Amino acid sequence: MPLPQAPGFLETRRIDRWWIQPTLVFLGFGAFIVYSTWAALQGSNYFTGGPTHPGAQQLLSPFYSPVLWDATGLHSGHAWIGQQPAWWPTWLLFSPALFILPFPGLFRFTCYYYRGAYYKAFWGDPSSCGVGEPSFRGTRYRGEQKFPLLLQNAHRYALYIAILFIGILSYDAWVSLWSVDAEGVKHFGISVGSLVLALNVILLGGYTFGCHCFRHIIGGRQDCFSCHKHQHAAWKRVSWLNTRHMLFAWLSLFWVGFSDVYVRLCSMGIWTDWRIVG
Amino acid sequence: MASHAQPVTDSTTTRPVQFKIWRGDASGGAFEQYTARVTGGMVVLDCIHQVQAEQVPDLACRWNCKAGKCGSCSAEINGKPALMCMTRMDTLPTDQPVTVEPLRAFPSIRDLVTDVSWNYEVKKKITPFTPRKPDRPDGTWTMYQEDIERTQEFRKCIECFLCQDVCHVLRDHHKHDEFIGPRFLVNIAALEMHPLDVADRIADLKDRDGIGYCNIGKCCTKVCPESITITDNAIIPLKERVVDEFYDPITRLLRIFRSK
Repeated sequence: MPLPQAPGFLETRRIDRWWIQPTLVFLGFGAFIVYSTWAALQGSNYFTGGPTHPGAQQLLSPFYSPVLWDATGLHSGHAWIGQQPAWWPTWLLFSPALFILPFPGLFRFTCYYYRGAYYKAFWGDPSSCGVGEPSFRGTRYRGEQKFPLLLQNAHRYALYIAILFIGILSYDAWVSLWSVDAEGVKHFGISVGSLVLALNVILLGGYTFGCHCFRHIIGGRQDCFSCHKHQHAAWKRVSWLNTRHMLFAWLSLFWVGFSDVYVRLCSMGIWTDWRIVG
Repeated sequence: MASHAQPVTDSTTTRPVQFKIWRGDASGGAFEQYTARVTGGMVVLDCIHQVQAEQVPDLACRWNCKAGKCGSCSAEINGKPALMCMTRMDTLPTDQPVTVEPLRAFPSIRDLVTDVSWNYEVKKKITPFTPRKPDRPDGTWTMYQEDIERTQEFRKCIECFLCQDVCHVLRDHHKHDEFIGPRFLVNIAALEMHPLDVADRIADLKDRDGIGYCNIGKCCTKVCPESITITDNAIIPLKERVVDEFYDPITRLLRIFRSK
């Protein structure tokens, strides 16, 4: 088929400011990746309260939840197993977040919305609609039809783990409503940090349960909705969230990062976690 | 006097607007500049017709209904795939020439007319609607609105092929032999999600139709003049059905147990 020659990289006859959106996406994702990597590698200041800070609300950074092992010398009160394991090589950096962040990271990396967004912003495939691509790709383009991007089809497994995380983060938000005094007695209270962590769960829930995979599994896979009325009802509710998937993707991304910033600065004593109730 | 940078909105006055229209055929061509007299309410197709009537009678342009329903006058206006009959001049900046060129994903015939017959060949290969046995002896079925409303969206398609044109898999990578494009993924979604249809097109979707080439840029959704949510409602659900069938070991295992 004699087709017109493909335009060169970034070549287009569009006259609108098409480059703004991919640039903002690049900066937004890039900033999050840099910050979250830095925060995950710190291995400290990821909680407030606990045995070492009696009286403070028990906040735990979502980047570090669930805590399997606390970093050496730290007692968050959230660790499932205990302290940094003795078998961990001394030459290898240890941070509780390193065991956690890959899972939500994988969920976002394989998310249908993010895929479309970072293919554009990070590897110009294409940078925007009707804008030329790098010429080296040409007819060698493989898309998600072949390895390695074929692996994006594992998104639903990342979803299953992400749903588990919603449960864990909900428990963290519940725990954040309590402080433990020096005698070990629990006191109920609501702080700004409790609200930050609660909103984090709501936004992450809005993002996770609006997932295209979830929409398919919950009912979209059925052809006959009148034969599966409950699935149809669930599908309609998930579809409401799904039409706002991009919105929740960004809100939850920003807020989960801010939640870590909040807990970190409170833990460092730079911010005060003001108590509203209790 | 109104600035030429402003869109043309006034229906009582006429103003000259520069156009750069692509002239040529499969062997090559170039943009040529023309001037049209534009008043408020005019669409790009009006301007093309005016240029054709008054300046270049041999300017080739395909059109039919001038109402956004036949899908004939697809073109690229200032680099964006759009129907010429639905692109109002008052939405375009006129401080620089308005470029009008043919669809880039298909071979040129002449000027603004392209050969879109590849699409018809693709459609012939798709397994047609295959209904189950009728529910009643008189040959009819019982249908409920909730069963059919999801696929009604897909039936709005006017086959303008703007989605095919903007899709980079066809436009930039020329994968016409391996990928059927968004229009036909919508077509398959309408068939696959139809509650009466019993044919299975999933294996074809994965291999012959190349659904994996779609990387969810959503450009097809953005240019659709019928506002069909192509990516979210047709392509991604079909991708998930392909995952069910070929890439999800748990679903495959469950299917084995259910079939026993």
